[in-house]
Formats: sequence, C-alpha cells, structure tokens
Amino acid sequence: MASLDVALSVKGLTKKFDISAPFLNRIVERKPKRYLCAVDDISFEVPKGGCVSLVGESGCGKSTVARLVVGLYAPTGGAVEFGDHRDGNALSVQMIFQDPYSSLNPRWRVRDIVAEPIRELNLREGEAAINARVDELLRVVGLSPKDGTKFPHEFSGGQRQRISIARALGGEPTFLVCDEPTSALDVSVQAQILNLMRDLQDKLGLTYLFISHDLSVVRHMSDRIAVMYLGRIVEDAPTEALFDEPLHPYTRLLLDTIPNLEAPKRARDAAAGEVPSPIDPPSGCTFHPRCPLANARCKAERPAILSVGDGRRVACHAVEEGRG
Amino acid sequence: MLMQVDRQSAVWSGMPVAEPVLEVRGLRISFPTRHDTVNAVSDVSFSIRKGEILGVVGESGAGKSMTGLATLGLLEPPGHISAGQIFLGGQRIDNLPDRQMEKIRGRRIGAIFQDPLTSLHPLFTVGAQLVETIRLHLRLTRAQAKRRAVDLLKEVGIPAPEDRVNDYPHQFSGGMRQRVVIALALAAEPELIIADEPTTALDVSVQAQIMALLRRLCDDRGAAVMLVTHDMGVIAETADRVAVLYAGRVIEIGSVEEITRAPKHPYTSGLMGSIPPLQGRVPRLMQIDGAMPRPDAIPAGCPFNPRCAKAGPRCLSDLPPLVEIAGTRAACWLYSGGVN
Repeated sequence: MASLDVALSVKGLTKKFDISAPFLNRIVERKPKRYLCAVDDISFEVPKGGCVSLVGESGCGKSTVARLVVGLYAPTGGAVEFGDHRDGNALSVQMIFQDPYSSLNPRWRVRDIVAEPIRELNLREGEAAINARVDELLRVVGLSPKDGTKFPHEFSGGQRQRISIARALGGEPTFLVCDEPTSALDVSVQAQILNLMRDLQDKLGLTYLFISHDLSVVRHMSDRIAVMYLGRIVEDAPTEALFDEPLHPYTRLLLDTIPNLEAPKRARDAAAGEVPSPIDPPSGCTFHPRCPLANARCKAERPAILSVGDGRRVACHAVEEGRG
Repeated sequence: MLMQVDRQSAVWSGMPVAEPVLEVRGLRISFPTRHDTVNAVSDVSFSIRKGEILGVVGESGAGKSMTGLATLGLLEPPGHISAGQIFLGGQRIDNLPDRQMEKIRGRRIGAIFQDPLTSLHPLFTVGAQLVETIRLHLRLTRAQAKRRAVDLLKEVGIPAPEDRVNDYPHQFSGGMRQRVVIALALAAEPELIIADEPTTALDVSVQAQIMALLRRLCDDRGAAVMLVTHDMGVIAETADRVAVLYAGRVIEIGSVEEITRAPKHPYTSGLMGSIPPLQGRVPRLMQIDGAMPRPDAIPAGCPFNPRCAKAGPRCLSDLPPLVEIAGTRAACWLYSGGVN
C-alpha cells in the first residue's frame, strides 16, 4: 500500500495495443501479430497536494498514461495505486479533457452536464440540494448560475473548459488528471484557466497529474516534471532543477527548441530528426538516432532509469558514464 | 485616415522607401447575414518589403487568417472584400477576376497552410504534385520539371530527394510533409509567401526546424513572407516586424524587438504577460478577463474596452487611431490624447 503522503503511485506501468492485421489477413498472408508499446514500464509518484507533469512530443504515450491512471484503459502490466483519503477511502479521481468542444454533450444543458457526476455518485440527496451544488460549482469556476440553463454551443472555448472543470469538481475529487487542458485555447484564455486551476488547488487542496506538450505551461504549473520519449520516462526531476540543468540529451533538445520571448531572434538549435514511429522503435536507447552523445552501447543496450541524487532520475548511458 | 498615417510615417522616417512587395490598405472583409452585415476584418493596413517576414498575430477570430485568404483571393462566398485595396508589387490584385487571380496564386504568391496532410493530394506522389505545379506556372518540359522538383525537395532539406520524389504523402512524417508543402509553395519562385499557422500541427522540436527553414528561404530568395500565427513565441523568433490584430483591426504594429521588449497597447502587453515565462516563476499569470468579442457584437469605441483595465470614457465612444509611439504604432487613446 502506498504511504499516506503519496496520492498516486505508478509502478512498472505498461500498455500494449494490438495493431495486428485482421484475422483473415494473418492467416492468408502469414502476417504475425503486432503490438504497439505505447507505455513501456514507467514508474512515478505524485505527492498529495502536488502537481506532477508529464511532457513529451506527440506519440510519446503521455495521454495513454492519463487514460490508464483514470481507468479508461486497462493496463497490460504494472499497477496504478492511489493513496488513502483522510477517511480511509481511496482518493476519488476525475479527468479534464483536452478538447472542450467534443467533451461536452451538445444536447444537454450545462446544469445537467455538471449535475451528472453528482447524481451518478449519489453525492447529494434531492433535486434542491443538487441544484444548489451545481450553482456553487458554476460560481467556483467563474461562471454564473444563470449559465446553467444554456447549452454548450453558447459558450466560448475557455468557458467550455470552465464547464468541464466544474463537472470534474462535481465528483468531489481530490485528484485531477488534466490531459492538455489548455492546448485548444488562446493564450489569454489559457492564462485564465491556468490561474483558475492554481486557485482551485490552493482552495480545495487538489492534487494534479498534468499532461502537456508545452514546457512553459508545465513549468508554470508543476512541482515535478517527467519527460517522456517513445513510451518511457527519460528524465524525472523537480521543476527548477530540470530547467536549470537538464541532464538527458532529449530534455536539452526540448528546452533548446522552445521559442523564448525574452530573447527574440535567438538562433534556435534546429536539431535534426523527428520522433520515430512507436510501431517500430529504434534499438537500444530509443533516442540514439537523434542523440549527439550516442555511441555503440546506446545502440545496443537500453538504459535503465537510475537515480542521480537530489530526487532526480535519468535514463541515459552518457549521463551515467559522465560523457555528457 | 489610417492610410495617411501610414504614408506620413514613411516620409517622417526619411528612409529610401522601396516599393513594398505586398501592401494592404484599409482592408475590410464582410459577410452578409440575413439581417445585417458582419465584418470579420474591419480595418487592416500593412506592407511587407522584400526579404522581410511580417508576423500577423492574434487570437482566434481576430481576422488574421481572413486577411491571408483575402490576399490569396480565396475568400469563401458570401465573404467578400467590401473596402480597401491590396497591392502586389504595385499592381492592384483585390479586384481581379478569378481567372487572372489563378495565374497569380502559386506563381507570384505561394501559400502554406496549417495541416500538411490536407494540403497534399493523398493519391498522387509528391513528385507528380510538384511537377504539376511547376508546369502550370513555368514553361518547362516534364523532365526539366522533375529535375526541378528534386532540387526543390533538396532545398527544403528532405534527405534522398531522388527517391522520396516518388513517395506518396502518407509515407512522409508530419515535419517532412510540411517541408513538401513549402517546396510546393516555392515551386514557381513567388515574390510573396503566405504561411498560415505553418507549425501549429507540429511538435516543438520539428517546429524549430520548419521556422529555421522558412527564415533561411526568406533570406536566400528575398521573398516577402506573411506569417500568420497565434503563437507569440514563433513570431518573436522568426519575424522582423509584427502586426497585432484584435477584433478585425491592427491595434499595434512595429519591429519584433520593440514589441516584445516594450509592448504599448494594453492588449499586447496582456498577451505577452499571459504567456508563462521561461525564466523565473511567477505566482500568477497576468490575465485578460473575458474573451474577444464576436464579429457581430463588437462594442462601440475601442473594441478592447470591455477587457481593458485602463479604459476611460473616451474609449467607450471613440475609435482610437493608429499613431506613432517610439518606433511602433499603436491604436490606443493612452497615447493619443488620454482616455478621458
């Protein structure tokens, strides 16, 4: 059982998707069964009241981890354990999805959308209590109780994301999984949503697992960052340490490539290469074709994720050998 | 009135004014509705010189893509240009018939759109698509066009172009596909390239490569580039000048250095403040409350007034003109006589 301070502990989590050809093709064309390993043996912990972020480029498996954590997918291997709540019950978990345009039922009124988890989990007795709770939730996320009678299409992207936050809070969670909650929003609206999420964390003592590809957003929100590449965590460190001194070559590449407003027209290191297909990942360390420090060992042997002190973990032969 | 300010500032600066490649003057784009007419773009003026990248930045609905489409002559009816002019190399192009515009599009103006997968035909090899475009605009034989296609793919940094020219779009990765789209846009050596959110569908590490490529092509070929994006970071790194659009108007325009260092308009500074900084942490992001008004509900006076912390009585009634302030131009009463 996880300790009391840990909200979520993920151990050796693995998810494989079956991407084989249809049955008849396999028989006739003698094609083998094929699997895509979206998440490959990852472990991390989220402390209570903290915010841990998973970052990486598309196809690195970060959204799959989010779905595994909330139980939308069943893991192929490994375990997802939630810490205890104060009253001994397991923590309750809710999720905020990326696209506020497709995650709200267009035929339901906002009041019904927000009330659904309350009704489903029997958290309030009677219609009056449910309505009062919905009004309160709408106010918490910065909407007006009058908005409850409207339909989702009457709202802008930012307001819709507020509705999905209200719906998530309706289940009285202590743990929120946020899968790219602001990537569909404009920057000024993104700032509003990030500020709201921060305020809610302070007020309600929420714990976040935050999934994003945007390093500046991640830096703003999280205490700890895990960088993912092709289904594995390559570096895991406290936010400030990661930004001050990135260890893994992939983390360095990511930090080099983000545009910096304070240094306009900086010559960005346009690193060559792209993320390889996860269907047929490279041998050894999957980053070796793009890595400036790669040698023969990196091509052959997959690096394990090792602790390097100060609460940091890195999976890299070069760092381990001091070549970096 | 805006036009006058534009010319005056050119005279004031005393610089030899080269003919701009693209000049947009007082552009207005309207959509008739059942009861009324809605302006997606109300008043946009700017110019782009040879070898210059102008970043056009704004949030969704600001009219930035509409401005790009209008320049290309690709507005979907019933949308149309209801006022203003567009000049390409001194020639007025906004009133040309479709047949003539077809010759300009691709030949003199190249376009790069957001999603590289939908801009390419899935059933033809990239070579066939390049050859078609090249032969449509240039008098070349099939073999010459094919050679040029290979050269173009090489120029945009596709490895082994001799082999890849025979591949289909689905055989390329996202970043490589966008390179093919850029090669297509360059096929006829256009004077102007309109890039509408060229890296939004790509990962950050690939985004850096594509922006570096665009910058290099702009420098090497002396093309003018109109870079339409919502991402201030991309603009800061690639563009020479920036035009900030809000609710269909240019509210601030100037050099990248000036606008990123000291934004003048409250909206621009709010926009810069709402981007989480990379150096150091802030407890709270600067926040602009509310959202951009919809084109059918733009408030009177300055369109930004409901969201502006510094708004005064004058902002509610009168539209501020675009005036020169220390190197940039901004449309805000704070700089032209006060908000009261």
